[in-house]
Amino acid sequence: MALGPEEASRFAVLLEEHQEALVAAWTDRVAQSLRGRLSRVELERQTAELRKGFHAALAGGATDLDQESAAELRAQLSELSGSRARQGFSATETAVSVFAFKEAVLGELEGSDASNLRDYVAFSAFVDAAALFTFDTYVHVREGLIADQAEQLLELSTPVVKLWEGVVAVPLVGTLDSARAQVVMERLLQTLVDTGSPYAIIDITGVPAVDTQVAQHILKTVVAARLMGADCIISGIRPQIAQTIVALGIEFGDIATKASLADALRFVLRKTGR
Amino acid sequence: MERVPILKIGEILLVSIQIDMEDQVALQLQEDLAERVVATGCHGVVIDISALDIVDSFVGRTLATIASISRVLDAETVVVGMRPAVAITLVELGLSLPGIRTALNVELGMALLARDREAAGALDFAALDEEATSAAVDEP
Repeated sequence: MALGPEEASRFAVLLEEHQEALVAAWTDRVAQSLRGRLSRVELERQTAELRKGFHAALAGGATDLDQESAAELRAQLSELSGSRARQGFSATETAVSVFAFKEAVLGELEGSDASNLRDYVAFSAFVDAAALFTFDTYVHVREGLIADQAEQLLELSTPVVKLWEGVVAVPLVGTLDSARAQVVMERLLQTLVDTGSPYAIIDITGVPAVDTQVAQHILKTVVAARLMGADCIISGIRPQIAQTIVALGIEFGDIATKASLADALRFVLRKTGR
Repeated sequence: MERVPILKIGEILLVSIQIDMEDQVALQLQEDLAERVVATGCHGVVIDISALDIVDSFVGRTLATIASISRVLDAETVVVGMRPAVAITLVELGLSLPGIRTALNVELGMALLARDREAAGALDFAALDEEATSAAVDEP
């Protein structure tokens, strides 16, 4: 049952007339669900702001959350859920912050005749829409956080370090999937150009398992580096990995492989005559 | 039609490609370079492709052909300055440009040619020395 323009204006009046009681009741309920993790003053400020937002939307004739007159309210709700998501509140705690408004309004409704009830049901649908919107934003913000963290992890786990003049190393740590392999390749090649290093050592000590796909990624990187005029050495091959490589029939061709990073560095230095 | 300039620096011919490598340009370069190698008697060719955004299969093949032609004329070819994006694309396409030597930049490319020349020279001298000693052994 949708909110009509008349009901909207009636509720706008109600929200204005009973504002203090509404804010107090609403704050009480939210504080209860958050169990003291936000200060009461802070909550009161938030609920007062939201009440103002709801009032402005209803007074502006909004009967649906998608309307132009509710734009301000939508912005407020997304700001609230965004800050809740970043502070680590759960989805329920965030949604309750909006749902509690219904109970607060119910407490302020005088009388219990049929028209009042109808009004309330319509209003309740409006608040539900608002809470759903909040929930959507919450999920959106959370997804954004996760994506950011994944990206940070990607950056953290693929450093390219300079070992010697003209020698760079890529210590690979963790599973090498296509996305990471791509990042590693781009980083390494860019570093080769920037530093003008003709030698690169790919150290796979931290790679837990090497299958044909991982080997394929490493080989591609080596071939790309060769195309650019740099030579790659693969180091840090653990005994089990060596066994797997042979068992899978992976051919590294004429690419130099060494057991440890130290061996690889010694090999490169001897090649360059130092 | 635009032409790629060929510069002579000491014993080396330097080709810096700064324009789009259309097929005609690549073929013209191939012809010009063969002529210049013969005319100057240079022993090394450095082709700088750091300004190229795209290296397609035709350009790749032309580069390989240029390298082969130069080798016939006793000049070693080094392709330098390939961009990471170009290298990645070539690898994804499965083109590994066999027969082409590469270096990261012009400086390293010229150093590579100098080293090769030195090694070749040293080998020749070693061979000559050997001949001389064997001749000396034979004589008495």
